[in-house]
Amino acid sequence: MDPGRKTLVVIGGGMSGMTVALEAAEAGMAVHLVEAGPSLGGRVAALARYFPKMCPPTCGIEINYRRLRRNPDVVVHTLTRVTAVAGTPGAFEVTLRTEPRRVNGRCTACGECVAVCPVERPDDFNHGLAKTRAIYLPHAMSYPMTYVIDGTSCKGAECGECVKTCRYGAIDLGEAATTRTVHAHAIAVATGWTPYDATRLTNLGFGRFQNVVTNVMMERMLAEDGPTGGKPVCPSDGRTPARIAFVQCAGSRDRNHLPYCSAVCCGASLKEAIIVREAAPDCEMAIFYIDRRVMGRNEEVLAKVEADPKTRLVRGKVAQVSEDPATHALRVTAEDTATGTRSEWEADLVVLATGMVPNTEGLPLPSGCALDEFGFVVPDGETTGTVAAGCVVRPAVMTQCMQEATGAAIQALITAGA
Amino acid sequence: MEHKVAVYLCSGCGIGEALDLDKVEAAAKEAGCAAIARHDALCSDEGIALIGQGIREQGATHVVVCACSQRVFADRFAWPGVFTERVNLREHVAWAHAPREDGTQEKAEDYVRMGIAKCGKAELPEPVPETPSRTVLVVGGGVAGMRAALYAADAGHDVVLVEKEQALGGFAARLHKTYPHQAPWDAPCENPVPVLVARVQAHRRIRVILGRTVARISGAPGKFEVTVGANGSAETFSAGAIVVATGFRPYDVSKLTHLGAGSTPDVIGADRFEDMARERAFRRPSDGRPVRKVVFIQCAGSRDPNHLPYCSTTCCLNSLKQARYLLDADAGAEAVILYKDMRTPALYERYYEAAQSTPGLMLTRAEVTSVQPVNGSVRVTAKDTLLGEDLVVDADLVVLAQGKVPNTDQAILNLTYRKGKELPDLKYGFPDSNFICFPYETARTGIYAAGCVRAPEDIAQAKTDAAGAALKAVQCLHAIGRGAAVHPRAGDLSFPEFFLQRCTQCKRCTEECPFGTLDEDEKGTPQANPTRCRRCGVCMGACPERIVSFKDYSVPIIGDMVKSIHVPDEFEEKPRYIGFICENDAYPALDLAGMKRTRYSPLVRFIPVRCLGSVNRVWIADALSRGIDGILLIGCKFGDDYQCHFLQGSELCNKRMENVQEDLNRLSLERERIRLVQLAINEYDRLPEIVNDFVETVNALGMNPYKGF
Repeated sequence: MDPGRKTLVVIGGGMSGMTVALEAAEAGMAVHLVEAGPSLGGRVAALARYFPKMCPPTCGIEINYRRLRRNPDVVVHTLTRVTAVAGTPGAFEVTLRTEPRRVNGRCTACGECVAVCPVERPDDFNHGLAKTRAIYLPHAMSYPMTYVIDGTSCKGAECGECVKTCRYGAIDLGEAATTRTVHAHAIAVATGWTPYDATRLTNLGFGRFQNVVTNVMMERMLAEDGPTGGKPVCPSDGRTPARIAFVQCAGSRDRNHLPYCSAVCCGASLKEAIIVREAAPDCEMAIFYIDRRVMGRNEEVLAKVEADPKTRLVRGKVAQVSEDPATHALRVTAEDTATGTRSEWEADLVVLATGMVPNTEGLPLPSGCALDEFGFVVPDGETTGTVAAGCVVRPAVMTQCMQEATGAAIQALITAGA
Repeated sequence: MEHKVAVYLCSGCGIGEALDLDKVEAAAKEAGCAAIARHDALCSDEGIALIGQGIREQGATHVVVCACSQRVFADRFAWPGVFTERVNLREHVAWAHAPREDGTQEKAEDYVRMGIAKCGKAELPEPVPETPSRTVLVVGGGVAGMRAALYAADAGHDVVLVEKEQALGGFAARLHKTYPHQAPWDAPCENPVPVLVARVQAHRRIRVILGRTVARISGAPGKFEVTVGANGSAETFSAGAIVVATGFRPYDVSKLTHLGAGSTPDVIGADRFEDMARERAFRRPSDGRPVRKVVFIQCAGSRDPNHLPYCSTTCCLNSLKQARYLLDADAGAEAVILYKDMRTPALYERYYEAAQSTPGLMLTRAEVTSVQPVNGSVRVTAKDTLLGEDLVVDADLVVLAQGKVPNTDQAILNLTYRKGKELPDLKYGFPDSNFICFPYETARTGIYAAGCVRAPEDIAQAKTDAAGAALKAVQCLHAIGRGAAVHPRAGDLSFPEFFLQRCTQCKRCTEECPFGTLDEDEKGTPQANPTRCRRCGVCMGACPERIVSFKDYSVPIIGDMVKSIHVPDEFEEKPRYIGFICENDAYPALDLAGMKRTRYSPLVRFIPVRCLGSVNRVWIADALSRGIDGILLIGCKFGDDYQCHFLQGSELCNKRMENVQEDLNRLSLERERIRLVQLAINEYDRLPEIVNDFVETVNALGMNPYKGF
């Protein structure tokens, strides 16, 4: 990094954070890109496709990785959190704590270690639909392309099989966390979102009925590189579902859960229905919705699904999902609150379109940066002390996140006086 | 300068087990290299040091690193002033094919030969930095334009803001109030436009030109010459980059006859209702009587294949706001909003929730079946309502919440570009070219679109959008100052050079460039404009005379790679194929296939290209006439929802295949020997089938008879 440059710390290494970092660096700033997980890519890396173009998100991720690879002005810190922020715009001190990866830069990603690791853990990237070993590559599009050891499941030195196998001396089971402080002229928050905890939607059966899944799980199933190879599957027995129900606003637009709309779920479910149709030509689908919110050009996905004779769009809020314990078959009861009419539908697989919760809990923010009642970062009016982008500001579709992330970069430039 | 090529072979990650590296080394020596060394982990500190030491001791100008994919360790395998070529023996060879088999070994040896061959002519690019004009031109003085001007100016740039009307503000100036964009969500807010106008007018770096349009823009990013106004009042100035923020116009309500437009003056557009509110005159256009009951009809034109196929995004929120205008002014008034879906996304849901308890407001989903004047009222009938029965409302006034049409279908920029005066408008008339991932990109470099010209947006989104477009404009100037490319090859220092003595003025390069880079002189000779260029190489692929070259990527460089492939004679019965693959998507897909240890035929030699559009026909013809049995081209999906980062590269390549068929006919070869496949980056599991099927199909035709010539 050129010491003469103005410095930006970007918190969050998903598509929004990566975009802020790259756009600012390509406009002349030096950037620390801080990601809590072991790889960049965020939630977008786990999506099956984007709507409305139905193209793979990894395509845009790859372009951004390519920009990163050739840009020495962005320093990437994975497994790292910001633990403290002091100072004011133009002169921040940001404390970074990096958890041990236990695999160092000598890792070539050859994968020999995986074969000898005796421990399995649920694959969080695949929302538990698959397993990894304790030493694993976060996903196929990992950045950096370096393995990581899950310290909570690894047996440590008493096992040490991976250490013996690795020819490159890349594994350090005793690695400790490190802390450092970096100076920054501006800070950008792009910590993204977490799916709403679907087990709290007790009437919808998630966590009790195996064949009730969430939309983020469905994305993994429908991803070509996902645990089911791009096909919808009933988790109870691995069979292809003949009937799928999508439950919109599962938690969103609900005073008892998230009293806001999560903005992406309508487009996501419509997109998922389109992908299911490619994989399962006979599958019957029903989408239960309150309003179908696909804004702007995203209208295309709604038009496509409306033209599908085997997919029904049913207006109504789902009140209950019940299960026949013998067959794991599900019954969806929907209620149109305005008209009082009820409808029932049998399904093999139920997909809950769970909403977005902003990742701001416990996040140290510069003074003056406010959160709203739901934890979203409040955009900072005319002054530009804190820059924020993506779903940490409000639920947003990809293209809106990219707009905001690009725009955040000029706010960072202005704040830093670059 | 003489090229001194040093070759480094890595034996790690299974390469040493899969290959006989002594034989690979022998092939490298035979191909001609100044030095060769091996290491069991070239990417390690020791390996990097070994290469660095070799460069110093042998004075190598070019290094061929035969190890893993160019997508990993790019930062390590880089030495200042040294051309580094990565030969992928890991993901594309050792991880993709059976170890210690002839096919695997032969592919590796060919790859090393190809890497060395590339170094014969390839040079490090020599950037030509220019000092750009730091002025940003903003066209359009609405919310997006004013915001873009303020952002660019606050970032230290001079801005010229050109607005065709006599006042700033654009459409938003007509608004009585806005709906809230942040908490509290309970009531309409003051229109921010007057404050914004004052800020723009007071900013020392912003010059506002009102009542004029852009008459002409010549030049290129960094050095546009902009003429504003006409005749006696025209003036010309320089600008480095441009933000287009020409906004939208409300959809023409008179086209909505199915919603009663034209049947009575009391059916109006939402824009006119805004005027009524601003003037505090809720009176019927027909007879001037007070308006006390209004029906708002949503999606008036929007979400309608006969009018605007897209959703105009702001109309639901806008009608909720407009209903409040009336109800706040007149406690006894009534408003009915008929919608298809109430679209108040994200936190705007809070405003919708607040609106639902507004006295006098009725909201229902409905499909409007007719709107007609009856006894001095306007009768609206609708079905499929939430009330469970058909709805008949007699109203004083019907407001059609008409959609937004981007202002792209008129003379805005008047560019002197050979490929047209305006930004090419793509789907639905919007000018953005990759709107999901890279929303500011248009098909013209250095010109970025923001606001409703690019997508239906509200005032809050237009602000964000303006910030993004301003950033891209500022960033473009930064890149020009370094002689570097902008998106998607950001930072690339190479640029195309034209050897014009051999140019036949066929104009293919100027016509095919997706970015309008090249102009022509009177004779039709192309004139390069490096700062307009994205470095995709489509011009290089188009040129039949092969006069377009980058320092590190040219027809001869790739041609030498093709020639370096060892073609066994026909009696050996070892067919050979070449795969030209897009380096952005197909190349990573092959990497991913390798990481999954997916096996496919080792007979294809893959050559990454900047874009499939840069593939020159001569590579194919030369390869076939040298006995290569077939050519596989793998590029991005094309069509309406194209995935090509250079917009049309793969599609252009596909079109050129017709010409390639002529070559096949001339050589009396079967057309099946060439195949173009569209592949997305995530479809790597299709690769074995794609490769194997092609190989089997062409194998069945028999060997190319030109082997040995």
